[in-house]
Amino acid sequence: MAERERGRTPPFGGEFLAHHQVLDADGVGRSVRRMAHEIIERNEGLDQVVLIGLQTGGVPFAEAIAAALSDISGTDVPVGKLDVAFYRDDIDLRPVLPEADTAVAFDLDRVTVVLVDDVLFTGRTIRAALDAVFSLGRPRAVQLAVMVDRGHRELPFRPDYVGKNLPTRRNEAVDARLDGVELGEVTK
Amino acid sequence: MKHLLTIGDLDRGELEELLDHADRFAEVLTRSVPKVPALRGRTVVLAFFEDSTRTRSSFDVAARRLSADVINFSAGASSLNKGESLRDTVETIHAMGIDAMVVRHRSSGAPHRIAEWIDASIVNAGDGWHQHPTQALLDSYVLRKRLGSLDGRHIAIVGDIAHSRVARSDIEAFTALGARVTLVGPTTLLPPTLSPWNVEVAHDLDAVIGDLDAIYLLRIQNERLAEPLIPSNREYRDRFGLTAARARRLRADAVICHPGPMNLGVEIDREVTANDDRVAVLDQVAAGVPVRMAVLFNVIGHGRFDDTPSGGDEPVPAETNEVHS
Repeated sequence: MAERERGRTPPFGGEFLAHHQVLDADGVGRSVRRMAHEIIERNEGLDQVVLIGLQTGGVPFAEAIAAALSDISGTDVPVGKLDVAFYRDDIDLRPVLPEADTAVAFDLDRVTVVLVDDVLFTGRTIRAALDAVFSLGRPRAVQLAVMVDRGHRELPFRPDYVGKNLPTRRNEAVDARLDGVELGEVTK
Repeated sequence: MKHLLTIGDLDRGELEELLDHADRFAEVLTRSVPKVPALRGRTVVLAFFEDSTRTRSSFDVAARRLSADVINFSAGASSLNKGESLRDTVETIHAMGIDAMVVRHRSSGAPHRIAEWIDASIVNAGDGWHQHPTQALLDSYVLRKRLGSLDGRHIAIVGDIAHSRVARSDIEAFTALGARVTLVGPTTLLPPTLSPWNVEVAHDLDAVIGDLDAIYLLRIQNERLAEPLIPSNREYRDRFGLTAARARRLRADAVICHPGPMNLGVEIDREVTANDDRVAVLDQVAAGVPVRMAVLFNVIGHGRFDDTPSGGDEPVPAETNEVHS
């Protein structure tokens, strides 16, 4: 998935070159589990809580957090996935991937939506995601969980749950997956 | 993709991508707010120099669902009646600052000429007997949904192939997507030459009907037939119409399509349209909006940077430094 998205985004055909590993799979698993505990604590349980993973990188994290929530509390929270391509202000710069579908099979009215993404950077994805969420329904609250917060925000967003705060330079790249988090660069 | 003028301009991958995007827009249309801001600030002109109801209104809805501004231009109420040439009319509209023009014209090739005159993206919404690419896309979309894939499927296109822009576009789209296409009709309604199409021809519908995955019935366009090419509607029905008896010989999982409006009792009997689940005519109408959203989105929605992939002059947008998994 990442290869295809990168192949159709400037610089076209760039490849991710990892410089060092920030977290391994166990580290990611511990962060996911901590975020799950924080979600339960903040919402005083999981009543009326739903998770929505942002395509494409946020989806596996949403599923992992849901699995951890189920493990901890015995409650299965609904999990959806959302593609925000049509809501982006930089729509020219990002490909629309046919396989990155939107599937939210539950009502969003009066629930607490936890948006889940892999990397929080400028915040533009989250702005688009808020527009998309409100076209699907009218939630009571929206919270944000990200695996990595790498800084360089261009919009006034602050995540509610963070797996790892990772100071970066602008030209660096972060690859966050369930099997680890790596810091590197995209080479042409 | 700058224009959509003929289906032949698209390869299989591009066709499939458009259909995939249409799937995405079909999901958007199910939301409580069935609208996305993808074309906010863009202007689409619907320039229909020939009458149309369903094509025009579905382009109109599609553009609005993408948040584009829509200008409706109809030939009847325009300065064309004062003797203005097509070129002057089109250039005048273009000077108002538009991004795309959806063109329907009774003359084959008019959209191509307009694409040479002005800089906007041109979408062909039907030109003469030549092409009707968005109809072919929505037909392909419906068939793909119903059959899973067109690859290796046997589709018959029945009726007035010679005078049908729908048939011309459908033949190109279906064959490009891997289907086997058989044209069925009396010799008078087949085009004089079939090259370069890779199609088969049958003059006896009953000989092929049991083998079909889909049957596409074309409308007998009495208003376009300058001379009598069929003896009578009744005889046409007897030989080429989808009667209840023929429908029984069609496979249970086959699909029945018609571009509308239907001449009941000629191409297809009311008995068939009324109670047969294989009839996909309403699916075809419903597919019009998401498919035309995909087309408008692909011509003006993105890709402004596609022209300079190797330029390297424009700054790399910050967001792309984020690598997704």
